[in-house]
Amino acid sequence: MNLYEYQGKALFKKYGVPVPQGYVVFKPEEIMDFYGERVIKAQVLTGGRGKSGGVKFASNVEEARKLAKEILSMEIKGHKVHAILVEEKLKIEKEYYLSILIDRSTRKPLIMASPEGGVEIESVPDEKIYKFVVNPEIGVQPFVGRALAKKMGFTGDLAKQFTNILMNLYKLFREYDAELVEINPLVLTEGKEVKTEMYPPMSGMTLSTKAPGKLIAADSKVVIDTDSLYRHKDLEENAEEKTPLELEATKAGYAFVELDGNVGVIANGAGLTMATLDTLLLYGLKPRNFLDLGGTDSVDITKNAFTYVLKANPDAILVNIFGGVTKCDTVAQGIIAAKEAFNINMPIVVRLSGVHEEEGRKMLEENGIHAFADMRHAIEKLKEIMEGSQ
Amino acid sequence: MSVIVDENTKIIVQGITGHQGSFHSGEMIKFGAKVVAGVTPGKGGMKVHDVPVYDTVEETLVHEPDATMITVPAPFVKDAAFEAMYNGIRVVYILTEKVPLHDALDIVTYARSHGHVVIGPNGPGITVPGKTKMGIMPNHIFKKGTVAVASRSGTLTYEIVNALTLNGYGQSTVIGLGGDRITGLNFVDILELFEKDEDTEAIVLVGEIGGTAEEEAAEYIKKYVSKPVVAYIAGRSAPPGKRMGHAGAIITRGKGTAESKIKAFNEAGVPVAEFPWEIPQVLKKVYK
Repeated sequence: MNLYEYQGKALFKKYGVPVPQGYVVFKPEEIMDFYGERVIKAQVLTGGRGKSGGVKFASNVEEARKLAKEILSMEIKGHKVHAILVEEKLKIEKEYYLSILIDRSTRKPLIMASPEGGVEIESVPDEKIYKFVVNPEIGVQPFVGRALAKKMGFTGDLAKQFTNILMNLYKLFREYDAELVEINPLVLTEGKEVKTEMYPPMSGMTLSTKAPGKLIAADSKVVIDTDSLYRHKDLEENAEEKTPLELEATKAGYAFVELDGNVGVIANGAGLTMATLDTLLLYGLKPRNFLDLGGTDSVDITKNAFTYVLKANPDAILVNIFGGVTKCDTVAQGIIAAKEAFNINMPIVVRLSGVHEEEGRKMLEENGIHAFADMRHAIEKLKEIMEGSQ
Repeated sequence: MSVIVDENTKIIVQGITGHQGSFHSGEMIKFGAKVVAGVTPGKGGMKVHDVPVYDTVEETLVHEPDATMITVPAPFVKDAAFEAMYNGIRVVYILTEKVPLHDALDIVTYARSHGHVVIGPNGPGITVPGKTKMGIMPNHIFKKGTVAVASRSGTLTYEIVNALTLNGYGQSTVIGLGGDRITGLNFVDILELFEKDEDTEAIVLVGEIGGTAEEEAAEYIKKYVSKPVVAYIAGRSAPPGKRMGHAGAIITRGKGTAESKIKAFNEAGVPVAEFPWEIPQVLKKVYK
């Protein structure tokens, strides 16, 4: 689950990763009066909002509210703007990049840091990205921070700031079951001019030095592992990544993805469902959806799956069940029950293989539903029907 | 010889009194697996299919178990896996789906640094036809033979094993690695075992979109695998950013596409079947 920037930053703050001062609003009038300049940032679950006009600067509250109103009505790459983050404007000296993610190849957390931040990390050359594979049994000790700080060009106080940020970020990553935590850009603010009076006092001689700036997380991208949400009750579920129909089907317990074709698909097992979609495409047919029934032999679960496929308005439905231990007669009962209950008149073609498969197919045929023992013949029949109806 | 488990492997089932645990223990016993004990905290003293049930893994040690099948609900998997490994059980198979990613990370990290083998999470297990079965694969599709199968899915594996059996190709070992992002074994680990296995003469890999396990497998095959390998990849039609059922099956940031995997296999001399039912024909071209 992707978190909005403001939610990610709230976690950063909780874990001692410095963030700019700011607050979130859902209505323009919630923006409070201010002096100086503020950044008005669209809260949206997609990248590239800056280029789409989702980040603006305001120098008074009227201007800020006007910009917020505009941004709140925007849609960025198909995503509605959820809220506005109002923040202090940072004086930027340089932008860096820092992230931690689960690396599937090494099966370990991977830290990536780069002195070239503020751009898509994909566009940064590999030799400018410093990587560190974390052994979770050791965790991120200060030496990891020192090693990366050196490569990043941080010395003295900045190296300490960087190490703290990295260690705190890793703690957050582990404790909140994150798939990814990303700070891009990690901003180094401009240092302040510090004038020190020199000895003897009152001589009028001062020494001017520049105090180092602060490292601040100017943006946040946090992705939480959905399977762990049961132990993070403090996180609100962000629903916007799914279409309304996907959300409805998912709530009912089906893995469901909407696609843009016209053949409704119900299959069992994620791999077989994917293979079914692929096969349809290779036969020149376009799937309308992905629906994984899971390992069930319940009449109701089979029947209810049709609810969501029908809501997607397909022209025909393909059911592909390889019933390892699933009883095919039960699945057949579910299909027949759905046909009656939902008054389905469009063609349904079924592949049923597994325990009691012959009974299952016989039941279907008796109810006017085409049934086959293998996937290939089912899809060929479907193609024949769909081409015949054109 | 066989891979990871054989006819002598003594298996315990953690969560044996649950719906899944009890049903599949029965099927495993019918297949010839040595299921020596079950564990369900609070249900010690019961029997399931004549198998004694204990409250703790420690109590099952009198049966000298080598492997465990974990069927407990996702929030309890980490505890169950560590209980098994702490008690010295070598092979840990996790059937459960939706195991938190960081729990899988901890389990797999510990296992790899302490010499345990983890199969799964979220996979159908391992079957050695004629010898043993640990998991949920349907008994009737198998035939003893010389083709090894490794897969990231469940039902698609059955589909392909079934096609092999119907076309006269028996199997030496069939293993489901699991559909999650972090699994105990990946294709490279299993290829190493299949290459060494005397019972295996040819290898079928069933991959899917997401991650780079197939690309790494292709590199490994080029260098180290002398046996013929064929493959199938699911998810050619998947749009980027949409998770296709499995936690692991997602194309993110342009990585993990079917095209990239098919290309990598082809470059390694591994023919890739277009349709699942084509695997036997494709195998025929590179194997007898």
